[in-house]
Amino acid sequence: MPPSNSNNSDAAYAITARGLTRRFGKLVAVSNLDLDVPRARIYGFLGPNGSGKSTTIRMLCGLLTPTSGSATVLGMDVTGNTEKLKPRIGYMTQRFSLYGDLTVRENLEFIADIYSYPRSGRSARIAELLEDYDLEGQAMQLAGTMSGGQRQRLALASAVLHRPELLLLDEPTSAVDPRSRRDFWAKLFELSDAGTTILVSTHYMDEAERCHRLAILDRGIKVADGAPADLQENTGMTIIEVLAEAPPRAQSVLAGLPEVKSVTQLGVRLRVLVPSHIDAPLDLISGVLSKAGLDADSKVVSASLEDVFVAVTQDDDSGEQAA
Amino acid sequence: MSALIRLLAVVRKELRQLRRDRLTFAMIVGIPIGQILLFGYAINTDVRNLAAAVSDQADTHLSRQFIAELTQTQVLRIGDPVATPEQLEDLLRSGKISVGVHIPHDFDRRVVDRRRPAAQLLVDGADPTILGVANQLASMPIAFDTWPGYGPPQRSLEVRPYYNPERRTAVNIVPGLIGVILTLTMMLFTAVAIVRERERGNLEFLINTPVSTMQLMVGKVVPYVVIGLIQLALITGVGKLLFDVPIRGSILQLYIAAFAFIAANLALGLFISTVAKTQFQAMQVTFFILLPSILLSGFVFPFDGMPLFAQYLGEFLPITHFIRLTRGIMLREASLPEMSSELLLLVGFTVVAMTAAILRFSRRLD
Repeated sequence: MPPSNSNNSDAAYAITARGLTRRFGKLVAVSNLDLDVPRARIYGFLGPNGSGKSTTIRMLCGLLTPTSGSATVLGMDVTGNTEKLKPRIGYMTQRFSLYGDLTVRENLEFIADIYSYPRSGRSARIAELLEDYDLEGQAMQLAGTMSGGQRQRLALASAVLHRPELLLLDEPTSAVDPRSRRDFWAKLFELSDAGTTILVSTHYMDEAERCHRLAILDRGIKVADGAPADLQENTGMTIIEVLAEAPPRAQSVLAGLPEVKSVTQLGVRLRVLVPSHIDAPLDLISGVLSKAGLDADSKVVSASLEDVFVAVTQDDDSGEQAA
Repeated sequence: MSALIRLLAVVRKELRQLRRDRLTFAMIVGIPIGQILLFGYAINTDVRNLAAAVSDQADTHLSRQFIAELTQTQVLRIGDPVATPEQLEDLLRSGKISVGVHIPHDFDRRVVDRRRPAAQLLVDGADPTILGVANQLASMPIAFDTWPGYGPPQRSLEVRPYYNPERRTAVNIVPGLIGVILTLTMMLFTAVAIVRERERGNLEFLINTPVSTMQLMVGKVVPYVVIGLIQLALITGVGKLLFDVPIRGSILQLYIAAFAFIAANLALGLFISTVAKTQFQAMQVTFFILLPSILLSGFVFPFDGMPLFAQYLGEFLPITHFIRLTRGIMLREASLPEMSSELLLLVGFTVVAMTAAILRFSRRLD
């Protein structure tokens, strides 16, 4: 029996991390990360490439040793308990990592044996997965010859075969079409409703928006953490949408203002972020634009998740953030 | 129990992949058969039919008899006669002959004289094998058959060739060839097998599952043990069928020795796979070990004739000990207990290489 105090946190959180840090030589890939992932929820890691998402996931499953800090997964300290945790965790890599020269069924059989799935229930479990993940038609097909969406369904089926309590998904949808992504997320919600905790990293805004809770990572640092709706309400920014006749010119005029945090063009519209402490931001924007001889229609709108992302990550770097 | 299930799962997976990999499958059978045909038919250190020419300036009854005797040895294939030793030199230089026989005007007198050599052999000494043959020819007795009381000169040593009286090269080559083929295929297949899993990303998934390093490595290796033994059966079978290479000792002991040797090579292959990052690197390292295995093991050159330094190097190669075992068992009817130190060295080699491989194989990514 684990000690009673860890029993409490065990009940509420599948993952807790304190001061988790990982260095590769001089590069700090993950810096002083605190994390609380509630059980039976989908928790998202949002961040651009190189923000430390994969490194964090690898530390949480024991593949990488933290330089400092600690992480508790399913009530156990990851360091020293990696082998005990493996049967309780399902892991899906960024890259397809099953055997392309085995059939779908052979891959699943292999994984069932590796996880010591009881012999008696094995074929029933595989049949169930083939049906659930819409792979019945591909059971005898070599995994390497399947489409991206089919492979990804097989990868998820493989990761959940042994009914893990915790699923770690490292950019699982980076190689599939939008339709497959939607089906994939429907599956994740089913799993989460059934009690599985899911930690998923992504760089898609629409995926991040579906998570129950979300951490935004930027160059190894957690810059925001909360439910997507809460994050959108508390950006600390006023979002102004500008419909101008010459968007590029309007953008360059507005970007020069010290009060403006960022200007992003979305089709014919501009999305302008102004910190909340600036008074009457709408008048400021309209005034500047008319002074520049530009006809524009500006209005305050509510923040999207992308606005949140821009607000928290684009501090010293004015490079464009792609969705 | 679950450890055994996992091990078997890896074995089954490996077999299924192997079955679909037609090229590897073909190599398992093709390499041994191709090599044994190549080595069996092409390599021949039993020298016969060397191209030769004679300049017979004596042209006497005795000189003609001498040439006839040379022809009878079948060592030389004597072509058209030439007039002068200078012409012999030209033929030698142009590579048309390997041996020239010069019989001077005073041949008959020289034969009687005995203090001076009667004739001269001009030899392409660049090839030591040919030179060796020429030295044998030089001791051939010559005499007038009418010379009273003449008998063959007393030789100080008599040579009795044991184990391979017909001096057939295949008899010596085949036992060694087993070692070379097993080294090549066993080491290469395992080295590439693990590196391929890493390259294809399978390993990142596998190290997150409960399968242990030991189960993974042993499971990957077991199918190749069987393949190695099949190759052994192929080589000895073809060797017996085509080249009449005997297995005079115990077949069971031969397989035991081969088992130990296969294990050593698989362990070495696994170790290579932990060093190499790509399949190409794995192949390069394999050939880096294969070359000395062919040259320094006693397969091509007699081990005792090698420089001491090369002998020390050779002792570190598992194939050196295996070739001693196979030649012993197959040709000299020796038994394993008589050669137990060689077998123990193979086992020791396996343990060291396997330990190194498991220690180096990291279950982490850092």
